[in-house]
Amino acid sequence: MTTDHRAAAPPTKLGGAAPPTASSPDPKEQRRARRRSRRYMRDTKWSPYAFIAPFFLFFGAFGLFPLIFTGWASLHRVTLQQPTTMEWAGLHNYTRLLSDEFFWNALRNTFTIGLIATVPQLLMALMLAHLLNYKLRNSMFFRVAMLTPYATSVAAATLVFAMLYGRDYGMINWALGLVGIDKIAWEAGTWTSQFAVSTIVIWRWTGYNTLIYLAAMQAVPNDLYESAALDGASRWQQFIHVTIPSLRPTILFTVVVSTIGATQLFGEPLLFGGTPSGGSQHQYQTLGLHLYEVGWSFYNLGRASAIAWAMFLILIIIGLLYWAVARWIGRSTGKGA
Amino acid sequence: MRRTTRTPHRHSRTSRAVAAGIAAALGTSLLAACGSDDNGGGDGGNGSGDVTISVGVFGQMDFTELYDEYMDENPHVKIEQNSIQENRDYYQQLITRLPTGSGLSDIQAIEVDNIYEMANDLGQYWVNLNDSEHADLDHFVEWKRDQATSQDGRTIGFGTDIGPMAICYRTDRFEEAGLPTDREEVGQLWADDWAQYIEVGERFMENTPSDIAYVDSAGGMFNAVLNSFSEQMYSADGEVIYQESEAVQNAWDLGVAVAEAEMSAGQDQFSEEWNRAFSNGDFATISCPAWMLAYIQDKAGQDGEGNWDVAAAPRPANWGGSFLAVPEASKNQDEAVKLANWLTAPEQQAKLFNTQGNFPSSATAQDSPDVQDTTHDYFRGAPIGQIFSDAAQGIPTIIVGPRNQTIRESLTDGLVMIEQQGESPDDAWDATVRRIENALAD
Repeated sequence: MTTDHRAAAPPTKLGGAAPPTASSPDPKEQRRARRRSRRYMRDTKWSPYAFIAPFFLFFGAFGLFPLIFTGWASLHRVTLQQPTTMEWAGLHNYTRLLSDEFFWNALRNTFTIGLIATVPQLLMALMLAHLLNYKLRNSMFFRVAMLTPYATSVAAATLVFAMLYGRDYGMINWALGLVGIDKIAWEAGTWTSQFAVSTIVIWRWTGYNTLIYLAAMQAVPNDLYESAALDGASRWQQFIHVTIPSLRPTILFTVVVSTIGATQLFGEPLLFGGTPSGGSQHQYQTLGLHLYEVGWSFYNLGRASAIAWAMFLILIIIGLLYWAVARWIGRSTGKGA
Repeated sequence: MRRTTRTPHRHSRTSRAVAAGIAAALGTSLLAACGSDDNGGGDGGNGSGDVTISVGVFGQMDFTELYDEYMDENPHVKIEQNSIQENRDYYQQLITRLPTGSGLSDIQAIEVDNIYEMANDLGQYWVNLNDSEHADLDHFVEWKRDQATSQDGRTIGFGTDIGPMAICYRTDRFEEAGLPTDREEVGQLWADDWAQYIEVGERFMENTPSDIAYVDSAGGMFNAVLNSFSEQMYSADGEVIYQESEAVQNAWDLGVAVAEAEMSAGQDQFSEEWNRAFSNGDFATISCPAWMLAYIQDKAGQDGEGNWDVAAAPRPANWGGSFLAVPEASKNQDEAVKLANWLTAPEQQAKLFNTQGNFPSSATAQDSPDVQDTTHDYFRGAPIGQIFSDAAQGIPTIIVGPRNQTIRESLTDGLVMIEQQGESPDDAWDATVRRIENALAD
């Protein structure tokens, strides 16, 4: 409604947006009119700030301040027990990260789990969205069903999965036993545990991405499919040559969101093993978990802050990479068309 | 709308001003709300009025059965208990809340692994019980009281229980393997030392007809051996000595022996699978401190009744045990100290031993016939009073340091590497040392 304000109160002219008072010669009346006009001017000038103030206050308190404070803490020696006493350490916390095998291990795990979790997830989501895009009976039911895992709490889902993946009494090993495969120690192995954690992520987020893809697919104009059909394109060819290119921005969006989610992966690996160490060999300890362990089990808030900032920088680098890729794709398709 | 704004009327202006005001107020008041945390039930009670005392506990610890009696005797007091399952979570919450003084209960339980840190580094946040007229500390065993006392002589905690160790074993599994089942004879099997306990394990594994392990985990073995020594991770003058200490070397070697002899079920203690292994009876023995009896009874359930028994351990040792402390931030310090004092008084400790199996840290309670004559029906009427009293006699004064828990957990994780991930003992040891050094580094 901001346009209204601008039309209503040309701020420089005498009287401004106040009711017309031309016919009243009374100076008192004029003063009052001026005062009212000033009030309107002030209103139009400042009330928009008041309206957006809550956002900035919240952002300042819960976004910007923690970010800056974490950065400040990362330059100090700070312990969890005495968070108010800080001792200047310069870049010590960062330089020691470079040679910290546990940090690199966590980074590697984050990357591999992210890959195992995200790639199949988005591919499956694309397939499912494609299927749901056909005329189906009870399509509403399927769409809602898709979204139910997303509505489940991480804790509940993870605890159930941890039981399914149990070595001695888990249902998955029991099922594998039926077809003659030996017990797998899911939690103990590196790849098996990362796979297990990834399946929790896949299970929870596939439906969400499916719905996003579905929404984008329904916005693809029908003419494109018709003309493709006239040209003799099969269903599959239509999917490859019409649907996918039209979905490109959406796909990029889901990739970015999934990447951020994967980098911050925390609840699933924490509850899967029940400890912040992410397995006895840290075999599925992600960066988020590593941060938590350093800060809250080793009580080293300074180093934990440095890890937090390192994660932030990594995300920014990935963001820039995506941005470059998006531009490159945009340019190449522009040329192609 | 465009036209109406040209001829403004009072109403829209005031409503907009109100809206702007609300927006601003909403922002600031919500921010302000974040500053004032809840005080965890520490309200009420100045002087004569009613007082609500909150008690924060973790794990299996539970004083509920005692509260009614206390509230009957002291009608002005109401007691609330907040319980958190894992000590790790409980402790992290406690340690973050303590410096800010908000969100704390009036009485907080502290595990022995954490007591050094609480008494020394964070001692300022706890009420010094030596200065309190309501605290009677004379009846506790000396080493228990020492653990809760800082270098400069402040005592911050009442002892609740201690964890003298025995071996819990399944008579049916022993019978199948041709071993004796009577608890006296079983205790004799390994009366010399822990190595003998492992030899019995080898016999057991050879002769057991079923697919049963002898012991639950190498980590459990490690804890049992470790806790029979006085200096473990820290020396008496506070040095980190886990790499050289006799305790860790012995415990590690025996843990490795268990892992390599394939006599362990390879469980992580306190995991979901471990719990289920109890109910399925998948292992025959476990080193059990007194407080674990309730846990076993709970997890092994009705099917296990009459199968479990308790025998003496090779060496006296202590695993666990807790304290009750009162934060300085409590608004009802006096009432809280009174309650904590009462909860840990000899009579109450004896009662809890009878009902829950938590062995008293009070010397007076230990000597009382109530405790001495206690038997446990679930464990085939085992005279647990006698067994644990004997075990408690030889308990060394265990020296704890600030990072006990981190070091101990890393070491048991090292054994998991051998047991579950097939690492060689040397590699596992190196990895464990690197991990501990990384954790202790600043």
